[in-house]
Amino acid sequence: MSAKESSLPERLPTEAPEFSEPSRERRLEEVRRQALHTGRVTGAGIRPAGSPFPIASPEAGYYGIPLLKEPQWSWEIPVYFFAGGAAGAAAVIAEFAQMTGSKTELVNDARTVAAIGSLLAPALLVADLGMPSRFLNMLRVFKVQSPMSVGVYIVSGFGPTATLAKMANYLRGNHDGILLKMIESASGLFSALFGLGMATYTGVLIGVTAIPVWNENIDSLPTHFALSGLGAGVSAIELMGNEDSRALNMLGLAAAVGETLEGIKLEMTSKPANEPLKKGVSGVITRLGGLLSGPLPLALRIASALAGEGNSKQLRRAAAASTVAGSLFTRIGWVRAGHASARDYRLPLQLATKSTPTVAQLPNESKFAKASRQALGRHD
Amino acid sequence: MSATTAFLTDSTLCIGCKACEVACKEWNGVAEDGLNWTGFSYDNTGAVGHSTWRHVKFVEHPPEPGYGGNSGEAPASWTFSSDVCKHCENAGCLEACPTGSIVRTEFGGVYVQPDICNGCSYCVVACPFGVIQRNKEDGRAFKCTFCYDRQKAGLTPACAHACPTESIKFGKLDDLREEANRRVRELNDRGIDDAMIYDPTDTSVGGIHAIFVTRGDPKQYNLPPKPEIPTIYAKQGWRSAAIGAGILTAGTLLAFLGGNGR
Repeated sequence: MSAKESSLPERLPTEAPEFSEPSRERRLEEVRRQALHTGRVTGAGIRPAGSPFPIASPEAGYYGIPLLKEPQWSWEIPVYFFAGGAAGAAAVIAEFAQMTGSKTELVNDARTVAAIGSLLAPALLVADLGMPSRFLNMLRVFKVQSPMSVGVYIVSGFGPTATLAKMANYLRGNHDGILLKMIESASGLFSALFGLGMATYTGVLIGVTAIPVWNENIDSLPTHFALSGLGAGVSAIELMGNEDSRALNMLGLAAAVGETLEGIKLEMTSKPANEPLKKGVSGVITRLGGLLSGPLPLALRIASALAGEGNSKQLRRAAAASTVAGSLFTRIGWVRAGHASARDYRLPLQLATKSTPTVAQLPNESKFAKASRQALGRHD
Repeated sequence: MSATTAFLTDSTLCIGCKACEVACKEWNGVAEDGLNWTGFSYDNTGAVGHSTWRHVKFVEHPPEPGYGGNSGEAPASWTFSSDVCKHCENAGCLEACPTGSIVRTEFGGVYVQPDICNGCSYCVVACPFGVIQRNKEDGRAFKCTFCYDRQKAGLTPACAHACPTESIKFGKLDDLREEANRRVRELNDRGIDDAMIYDPTDTSVGGIHAIFVTRGDPKQYNLPPKPEIPTIYAKQGWRSAAIGAGILTAGTLLAFLGGNGR
């Protein structure tokens, strides 16, 4: 007892030595008090990680060090999800528009959106690879159990078919011929089939992982992404000058209603894994994406239907622009949520989400501090 | 085909010397992983990753009142455990790999072929243990090779070879499972009743080839109680994708038919 007491003097000198000031001496005493009471002292520039003693326990995991690895995809991947989704839906729209004898301009524009997206998508995918020169290694095997492998074949099928359909479609503008028409129909049909895959598989891709926020939403993610892609595809075609198409408006409305319902469902579900969809930066982006793809364009499209001739077109353009932005934000938000989810060590360890003592949230007085205070007979 | 080989890492024998980390890095030529202080006991590595294939965990408990932090007095407050790739029976990384770079070796280990991997990093999010990681400078994904080269030559993996206390045992999986049971029984007999085996055979991972003997709940060693191979979500995922594709098809068809092609 005496040894401990001598190392911690009972009282600081009442009179400060000449080289110090009373305020600085008081600060030292304050630091000592804080250390004794809370077991740790915080201050500018000091990050006492793990102090005073690191806590590894069944309740706190391994010092709160994340168990899972964060996704290592760069910015290209959410943009790829966005471009692929919009282009995939556009390919489906182009095909059905052509089949039902829709306006040539609408078909042309839909084919353009599909072709641009179909070329952009593989470029983004390859750019994200650690070794882009080895992209073709993904075509040496086909693994049905790997959504990444399935996806690579969807992308590889979608690119050439959508591009060929657009090329034939463009050439037909100059010289109409039965051969070009056949090429456009055939490649268009295949691009629509691959397009359905493009618009949906990315949801499966992130859902079939160990990341809790993704795999716990696997039941709805692919459908959610398909609706997001549909909204973006429709809107992109509208923005190219097809604001008068009733069919596109109906599709845009359907996508907005679907995304609104999805948003309501996500807001109503409160499970620990879904926290990153509501909290933090990922939460803000996901919610913004939801707002811009669901309720806002829905309101704008209804307003457009009710508005007069002049405003109607403007409102539809606004709805379309909002949907395109919303789709992009939705993809970025979900990918970022995956990062936050991987960092949350509590989920894979099945720890209580709340009231888990982490290093950052130590109780006011640690066991150690309390014990030493009692041992020293201090009650201040 | 050779018998399935395995590691048994016994935390009750580990002295935290990190010889396994050094041996692994030296044999495999793995780059340094930075010199950072974590503040978490003597663990300044944090977790296994692309440049750390063996990682010694220092599981330090808050001291009980009246006892020094690391003193010999009971209750013990400091255990160590050398973490490693689990070489799962059903491996998430292996199933996810779109290039076929990740393969199952004749020893039952999970091996990344560095000449095939193109760094898509899908395996990173498919691993339920957070083991495999992409090296950003190199571009490819790396993890423990189970010393495939040494095993082929009939040698013991570098970490197990260097371990001075036989905390890391290498042998046939079946033998080591038996050994783990024997060891836990022995510890229990000696009054260490919190010793247990970590080998999740009852989940979709179907057991691992790097089993552990730990003291207390494996959660404090960052070992997940219920690791699952992500492919179990595939069926639900593709069902939802089919619904999405159906909505897209039916919706578009209806819209254009209803809109009279306008």
